[in-house]
Amino acid sequence: MINLVLSNILRMLFLVFLQITLLNNINLHNTINPYIYVLFILLLPLNTPIWGLLFMSFFTGLIVDSFTNTPGLHTSAIVLMAFCRPLIIQFVTPRGGYENEPIPSLKNMGERWFITYATILVFIHHFSLFFLEAFRLSEFFITLSRVILSCIFTMALILIGQYFFTKKTKR
Amino acid sequence: MRNLWLFLIKNYALFLFLVLEITSITLLINGNNYQRSTIINSANGVVGNWFSMVSKTEDYLSLSVVNDSLATENERLKNELKSTFYISKIDSGILTDTLTANDTVTLKQYRYITAKVINNSIIKRNNYITLNRGSLNGIKRNMGVVCSNGIVGIVKDVSPHFSTVISLLHKDIKISAQTMSTLDFGSLVWDGINPRRAQLIDIPNHVTIRKGDKVVTTAFSSIFPEGINIGVINNASIETGDNFYSIDVELSTPFEHLEYVYVIDNRMAAEQLKIEEGLRDD
Repeated sequence: MINLVLSNILRMLFLVFLQITLLNNINLHNTINPYIYVLFILLLPLNTPIWGLLFMSFFTGLIVDSFTNTPGLHTSAIVLMAFCRPLIIQFVTPRGGYENEPIPSLKNMGERWFITYATILVFIHHFSLFFLEAFRLSEFFITLSRVILSCIFTMALILIGQYFFTKKTKR
Repeated sequence: MRNLWLFLIKNYALFLFLVLEITSITLLINGNNYQRSTIINSANGVVGNWFSMVSKTEDYLSLSVVNDSLATENERLKNELKSTFYISKIDSGILTDTLTANDTVTLKQYRYITAKVINNSIIKRNNYITLNRGSLNGIKRNMGVVCSNGIVGIVKDVSPHFSTVISLLHKDIKISAQTMSTLDFGSLVWDGINPRRAQLIDIPNHVTIRKGDKVVTTAFSSIFPEGINIGVINNASIETGDNFYSIDVELSTPFEHLEYVYVIDNRMAAEQLKIEEGLRDD
């Protein structure tokens, strides 16, 4: 249990650090802008209570916001994502229901489940983030193309991380 | 009452979500407002110190570019020295002495404060810059920021040691600009697509706009002095049925590698704003 809490805290610190030092400076063709810190919320244990999800996402969002000079922008996007997480988990139930997997990672849950789950949530986060940032509908298609391309890039980074740096957790 | 509590407890997740979401949206909307002070930005001490630490390590990578830009600027400044001009009048020595003695001291309108960029972005829709100078060096809200090549932005928040700047690459920024040869004025905005191009709008279609003409600031605002370089007209066209030009301006400021900037303190800004306030009542 303590191990689980500690590894989640370390993961959060690492992802936020990676985001503010490296990924906030990545710019491909002026549209692609990956936000990998959302992986922290994606990988929280399946039985995390929803108030825990909401408060942790709020806190993470505030930290990222203070480093990008955008109070409330990342916070609102990631809180929305955390709120949607239990709904999406119900929506993409694997055949035979959930067993007692502690962490919904790629190696624990299978590729198909994880990719559907992560893509939907990352899309929700990026969509609300980029549209709140632009805050006007006159740039709808430019913003939408940013959302989709950044979403693909973030997913690619998440999958690379999942394939290379995770082990299947023992039950 | 009991039913209400039961209802709240049953749906606590939804209400907690709404509370947190409304809090962050409020932060976001207040954050776009000029008159505010919040700790969630890089003008606060912790984040500011972090950025100056990161900036110190990055400095080494751009030394040659900075050296070049400083050398060019030195050259330009040296060319403006009085000693580089040839004085044709024999008695001009006496003339200049008596003329300049008290005028320049009392009528100096702009003061430049050097600052170093410690954080900068160009890839967002709304970009901000953090500087390593703050209120202790005389920086205040709404001062203009320029670099040796052109304009950079407007100061947003100030703490004792740091300040944040709204970059020209921001959706809310609108700068009064004019073409250098024909003096047609309009507003400069950024459409969020290319960090090297901005758009000049509100120029009526009956004037002639030449490609390659320089765009500079006007004397209308209390923020920037007149004639500061903005860029060069890259493309000008009139959409069918439109009364205004759509003009692309190639920005002269290299936002990708900003290092040293100057914050402009306009000593007559308060006076100008005060007298212009009277116009609003009419």
